[in-house]
Amino acid sequence: MPAIEILGLEKTYSIGFWRKRPKCALRPLHLTVEDGEIFGFLGPNGAGKTTTLKLLMGLVFPSAGSARILGRDWTDPQVKAQIGFLPEQSYFYDYLTAHELLEYYGQLSGVPAKQRKHRVGQVLDQVGLRDVQGVQLRKFSKGMLQRVGIGQAILHNPKLVFFDEPMSGLDPMGRREVRDLMSQLKREGTTVFFSTHILSDAETLCDRVAVIHKGELRGVGAVEELTSSVQGKVEVIWHATQVPASIKALSVECHVTGDRVRAIIDENQQDAIIDALRRERLRLIAITPVRTSLEAYFVEKLRRAETTAGSAL
Amino acid sequence: MSRSCAAPRPRLVLRYEDVRYEEGSMRTRIAYIASNTFREAVRDRVLYNLIAFALLLSGAAILVGQISIEIEKLVVINLGLTAVSLFGIVIAIFIGIGLVSKEIEKRTLYTVLSRPVRRWEFIVGKFFGLAGTLIVNTFFMAIGVFGALFYVSHKFVRADALIFVALYFIVLEFVIICSLTLLFSSFSSPLLSAVFAFSLFVIGSFAEDLRNFAGMAHGFSRWLATGAAYLVPNFSAFNVITSIAHEQPVAGQLILQNTLYALFYATMALSGAVLIFERRDLK
Repeated sequence: MPAIEILGLEKTYSIGFWRKRPKCALRPLHLTVEDGEIFGFLGPNGAGKTTTLKLLMGLVFPSAGSARILGRDWTDPQVKAQIGFLPEQSYFYDYLTAHELLEYYGQLSGVPAKQRKHRVGQVLDQVGLRDVQGVQLRKFSKGMLQRVGIGQAILHNPKLVFFDEPMSGLDPMGRREVRDLMSQLKREGTTVFFSTHILSDAETLCDRVAVIHKGELRGVGAVEELTSSVQGKVEVIWHATQVPASIKALSVECHVTGDRVRAIIDENQQDAIIDALRRERLRLIAITPVRTSLEAYFVEKLRRAETTAGSAL
Repeated sequence: MSRSCAAPRPRLVLRYEDVRYEEGSMRTRIAYIASNTFREAVRDRVLYNLIAFALLLSGAAILVGQISIEIEKLVVINLGLTAVSLFGIVIAIFIGIGLVSKEIEKRTLYTVLSRPVRRWEFIVGKFFGLAGTLIVNTFFMAIGVFGALFYVSHKFVRADALIFVALYFIVLEFVIICSLTLLFSSFSSPLLSAVFAFSLFVIGSFAEDLRNFAGMAHGFSRWLATGAAYLVPNFSAFNVITSIAHEQPVAGQLILQNTLYALFYATMALSGAVLIFERRDLK
């Protein structure tokens, strides 16, 4: 059973005060997220990522379409007991302490009182806020608030969590910790759906990603699938302090760093360079296919979308 | 996200045998939201300023009473209860206008409504939270009024019990104002909500005059005035402060009538707030 099935969700806002005119925020979106995977929802600012998340959370109403979450209709209140949500740049009740806030959200989520106390303490430890649990949130930094936000999203043991730009406001250490936390959630069987425009995070974490631009889905697939093709090149690394003439003769561009030489060659030159290394008695360290980075894929998709839009005009 | 790298991470997800979720009842969720609204109000410094100001005014009634020969008690009751009513209304409007719009603006609502909380439960919870805050405030301000009264007359008489009726009517006024501020807060900005709510309070205080005017008018203006007179809350029916200060009893029928009217009006206003909020996109 997929964790999320988005069936043509669409959102058009009316903008303007007197003369209302439609603004399409999300074109019909069809997307499936499998149970237990980390799914990255990528796109530049204003692409429709947050609108999609708000639609799934029931914060805005769709112009058309529907969705199923954890096998149920997404408007079913029971669904909400099993999902966690971290909004983008979230603010929380700043008159509450971190402990009080988590306690409150635990109450609203229906976590029984006895388990709530234990669970709140556990989550405070997890997000590194145990020492400041009695401090009002108005005294928290942006990064600390983001930690509270992550804490409230996982507090009630959800089967599926939605994170909207979870790395926002975090320092490099904090970002790494959030990445670790997401990996841990996945290991424990939780499905993670997160939106981001930081591609390195998506590349490191995600099983699959979708790229959205101007409210339209531009591509979806496993990160490896999206980044494995196109180049047709391999990277060869061997031990040497200089490039022998036999390899120079292959017209290969080489970079010498210390006692290693690195060359990017076409796949069809692979056998020739290996033969040359054998003849020269040089030790081969690695041969790796060169993959397109997720960033290159992303930029290519956006560029193609711009070109299509331009030619349509 | 703990900074201590060596420490083993606690498990994020508990097994299902570890955690058994109770299907939280609607009443429980409303109670939690109401209690959080109450806590928010209690931690707001502005609230204390207003209460302190109201108590000061009750204290000032003693001074005014002392220079009002023979009618000290009358002045203390009049000024004291008016202070309770006016400052309560100001507190209700001040806190009520931001109850929904501030939650949308600050996006605190997102993490509430992404839980098993229905939108109408949120509105009703907010209403009870605000109404509860005002009832507690009224209790403390009433202590101030009775203190001032005791200081002036050195004793309580049976007729002083009528003050409780006036306080009850003031609370009913608060109930109506709370529902109205929530109604306005569900679709407009805090500033506009404040203007609407305060205007309705002022017009409602003269609702009897409006009805008398409607009786004298003719044609279209009669229809218009009659419609407006019955649409605005009739706060003038709740104002028994002067008659109570003169130790005139209040008819039981008026108490029943005002109670039913306040409940009906608040229910209608809250239903309007729910209807609007249920359809609103939280952009």
